[in-house]
Amino acid sequence: MADVTEDAIDDVIDDAVPPAEVPDVELPHAHSWITKYVFCQDAKVIAVQYSMTAMAIGLVALVLSWLMRLQLGFPDSLSVINAEQYYQYITMHGMIMVIYLLTALFLGGFGNYLIPLMVGARDMVFPWVNMLSYWVYLLAVLILVASFFVPGGATGAGWTLYPPQAILSGTPGSGWGIILMLVSLIVFIIGFTMGGLNYVVTVLQARARGMTLMRMPLTIWGIFTASVLALLAFPALFVGAVMMLFDHLLGTSFFMPAIVNMGQQLSHDGGSPILFQHLFWFFGHPEVYIVALPAFGIVSDLIATHARRNIFGYRMMVWAIVIIGGLSFIVWAHHMYVSGMDPAFGFFFAVTTLIIAVPTALKVYNWVLTLWRGDIHFTVPMLFALGFIVTFVNGGMTGLFLGNAVVDVPLSDTMFVVAHFHMVMGVAPILVIFGAIYHWYPKITGRMLNNALGKFHFWVTFVGSYAIFLPLHYLGLMGVPRRYFEIGDMSVVPPSAATLNEVVSIIAFVVGFAQMVFLFNLVWSLRKGEPAGSNPWRATTLEWQTPQTPPGHGNWGKELPVVHRWAYDYSVPGAAEDYLPQNLPPSRVRAAAE
Amino acid sequence: MNLFRQLTEKPWEAAHGPDGVLARPRRFDVPAATVALRVFLCVVTVLFSLMLVAYAERMLYEDWRPTPRQWLLWFNTSFLVFSSIALQWASVSLRRGRVSDARDGLVLAGIFSVAFLLGQLWAWRQLSAMILFDITNPAIAFFFMITALHGLHLLGGLVAWGRTTVEVWREPLPERAALHVRLCATYWHFLLGLWLVLFTLLFSGNDNLTWLLVICGLR
Amino acid sequence: MSGASRWVFGGGLALSGLAGLYLASRSGEGTLYWTGLVLFGASVFLIFNLIGGAFDKAEGRPPESYRLVGYALVAVAVGTVVFHVLSPWWWAPIASNWHYIDITIDLTFWITGVAFVIILGFMAYCVFRFRHREGRRAEYEPESTKLEGILTVVTALAVAAMLAPGLFFWNQFIDVPEDAVEVEVVGQQWSWSYRLPGADGRLGTADTRRISPDNPLGLNPDDPDGQDDIIINGGPLHLQVDTPVKMLLRSVDVLHNFYVPEFRAKMDMVPGMVTQLWFTPTRTGTFQALCAELCGTYHAYMRGEVVVQEEGDYQAWLDDQRTFARLAAAEAP
Repeated sequence: MADVTEDAIDDVIDDAVPPAEVPDVELPHAHSWITKYVFCQDAKVIAVQYSMTAMAIGLVALVLSWLMRLQLGFPDSLSVINAEQYYQYITMHGMIMVIYLLTALFLGGFGNYLIPLMVGARDMVFPWVNMLSYWVYLLAVLILVASFFVPGGATGAGWTLYPPQAILSGTPGSGWGIILMLVSLIVFIIGFTMGGLNYVVTVLQARARGMTLMRMPLTIWGIFTASVLALLAFPALFVGAVMMLFDHLLGTSFFMPAIVNMGQQLSHDGGSPILFQHLFWFFGHPEVYIVALPAFGIVSDLIATHARRNIFGYRMMVWAIVIIGGLSFIVWAHHMYVSGMDPAFGFFFAVTTLIIAVPTALKVYNWVLTLWRGDIHFTVPMLFALGFIVTFVNGGMTGLFLGNAVVDVPLSDTMFVVAHFHMVMGVAPILVIFGAIYHWYPKITGRMLNNALGKFHFWVTFVGSYAIFLPLHYLGLMGVPRRYFEIGDMSVVPPSAATLNEVVSIIAFVVGFAQMVFLFNLVWSLRKGEPAGSNPWRATTLEWQTPQTPPGHGNWGKELPVVHRWAYDYSVPGAAEDYLPQNLPPSRVRAAAE
Repeated sequence: MNLFRQLTEKPWEAAHGPDGVLARPRRFDVPAATVALRVFLCVVTVLFSLMLVAYAERMLYEDWRPTPRQWLLWFNTSFLVFSSIALQWASVSLRRGRVSDARDGLVLAGIFSVAFLLGQLWAWRQLSAMILFDITNPAIAFFFMITALHGLHLLGGLVAWGRTTVEVWREPLPERAALHVRLCATYWHFLLGLWLVLFTLLFSGNDNLTWLLVICGLR
Repeated sequence: MSGASRWVFGGGLALSGLAGLYLASRSGEGTLYWTGLVLFGASVFLIFNLIGGAFDKAEGRPPESYRLVGYALVAVAVGTVVFHVLSPWWWAPIASNWHYIDITIDLTFWITGVAFVIILGFMAYCVFRFRHREGRRAEYEPESTKLEGILTVVTALAVAAMLAPGLFFWNQFIDVPEDAVEVEVVGQQWSWSYRLPGADGRLGTADTRRISPDNPLGLNPDDPDGQDDIIINGGPLHLQVDTPVKMLLRSVDVLHNFYVPEFRAKMDMVPGMVTQLWFTPTRTGTFQALCAELCGTYHAYMRGEVVVQEEGDYQAWLDDQRTFARLAAAEAP
């Protein structure tokens, strides 16, 4: 009898929770169809709106890449675009993919859906501002799309928008195109700032009882850190965009020195093109991690869940995310080794850049070590997670070439760079996005995505995109510069390179086709998918413990969840199940074990 | 609890504190809106710091020409100071329950802020009418850009101010209103401080930023 | 996979296999031939897998997709290395003193290649060894400070091994020798011009604001140093072999980048400033110069030529060139 009493006392102590620190909030409930699905203040609906907009504009960028691959693969027979269009498409493809797809989807899409659910909040702390953030984002996308249709067409300055050529007549779209591009970016930044404040403050102030910082899933750590980075980095792009608009519209000379354009002396004088590059990359490098950190976080959770093992070295993973985020602000000039800036800076930036490789490598080791001694289920999300590790390791390795100043000299501005960043911040994060969609789709819709189509999608996408970007490195090694409309007659390039380009183009079309299968799967499974139940992956994190699937407005029914453990209690020795949900009281764990 | 200890705890062990109570998540002991405003002020600080750095970088070139002096800016500065003081007064009054004083303070703050913005517009007109005026002069271009962005931030603040004023006029929830007035006051103090920095370093006519550059050994 | 979808999928595969065969037979050679064969091969492989899967299902065996994953990981690792070794696409033979850059790249390939193969190999091992089986449980081990410490140290050492030579050679790259000959390269949309210092060995001053049809590079007509400068507008640039060259790079309109792949060196040309790079040409020949920084619509066609010659040939060429003073005299009759 004595034992039982002691246990009972233990139960009381274990299940004891501190009083609520944040008063439960009154949510702005929807009263009509318009406020429920259009001007909705529910973060989950906003997340879906963000994701669908991002994927729609991403499809535009995908089609642009096909048109470019037609030109590069078959310059003589199948080219349907001219040089001006090529540069417009290359610019829009890059800008859309980096900012309007990846940033918006990771932070606006996954951030909105997962943050309130995973930290156990009812919603974002400022739902109205959150809604506004989406509509401002949509406005930015529409302005961007509009730039295709103005006189002169979209800007062809390259996604880096370097002045002076961005606003001079030798570049396509140097009139209205570049103006709309800059305005769209400014609007995007304003919209993102509204969203970003929400993400950061929600994580800081609205966590459920018991959810300490170190109990948060790594997904939240990744999205949170990326939001902070974005809030601090986007102002640099904002300043650069405003200054370039001034140069273009008012004739100031921030970035414009004395210039002879097509035989005409311009009235500009004394500006510095390199200043723009500094501003751009002070934003641009953290931007890489704005995309990468949420991917790091999400993939950690995918691997842990589907390998049924706690993420190996959780603390190191958190520290690495924070350290990488911090370091990303002092490496920007590694994009500028051959830009004409004082070359002495090269020493500093080469050192900081290669230092960042260490925490990044540790994250890779920890993902692989999570597989080690795990219980690996080869579900579709797991396949995408494995594909991410492969492409990320490959792309990260080539980063070690480009970050090392002297090695960068022959390789910078060549196809090697194109291959590198497509592998590391194109393919790798996109694979995570796919994995994440297969993983959370059951929670969002209540139905599973079709497994066979998912596997087909994975294999074609992973193998295909690896086969696209691996050979492109070697074009760069030969010395083919990037952003070339056609290679033409280049003495260092053998004719066989044309065959290489043909093959790459063909694979690109196949991979693009596989994305159509994915979209079909998304729509088809909405009605015909297998019913998922509330926790199909048997995962521990809070979003799988909601009373309803899909979660209703307010997420948690009457009572907010109480968190009793960290997010990675998989395969705990002695427990009955191989996973312990974060909100499961210890007394019930013990009862189940007995 | 300090951040370092929070970030080094082992979450798989530390399910319970020493007193047997579930570990408590630590948040900042202020309302969420206050945290949001502080984060936003960090963002604005970064924005203006970058412009300041760009200004300094451009200043190091040999062809630098300083901004022409403008006496009007001293008046504008005083308007901004007054509006900041008025808001602080409103905030303190509301906390002590003197609602009518708070209303006066809010209205005064609004009037002074609008006066500041009109003064800035006047300064633009004055500057562009000068003989020295040359838009390719970076000092003048920076003046336009920085004052425009600062003014836009104040304009955004005026939207919040408008909503808060309406709230104070008819809202029966004193706590919420007091919070909102306090946030407005914080924002105004910040914009005032920002303006004072910009004004003394860049626009007061002496190119005081030069001294900073000399101290840093850049010039 | 349900029976019906299996039939649909299999039928599609059969069609794509036939299409592949047709493609290969019609084209006879080249890319399309190989594409057709690959398509055919892949379809056959997938059909066999489909049949195998159907048998497994009928006999109640769980599908064994882990094998595919494990083999794919091995194939990616091995395939990448094989592609690297057998690739006919490789850098052109070097023609300057920057062998060290090539050596550092090779070193980096070795270190990263080994790491890549180890990581992928270990993943493949985990996939085979720790796949899900009935009744198995993963091991519960939150972290291992010791293991993480060792990995940190090893990674840091590998990074240092790449960084140290990198920084050392970067120092050489930016440190121009005293005796280097100055040559100016001027970029404009979309052609290159060159200027040599002439008999006095000094380049005269120049300014974009002085550019006019008579004075395409904007030289200062009052600068005595500039009078004997040799101006090459349109033609190839000639350099003397084994003589260090310091290139002063200017642009009159937008960003350009002077890049000769065989020299390995490149640097942006920025309007409003003069940038520089140096190298020593080490073998004679004619090399193509490319523009490596997006400079507008005809960026891809902005090509130039650099001819590296022995001393005698070089002098003969140099004597044929016209100086700025003679050009100015010719323009002003």
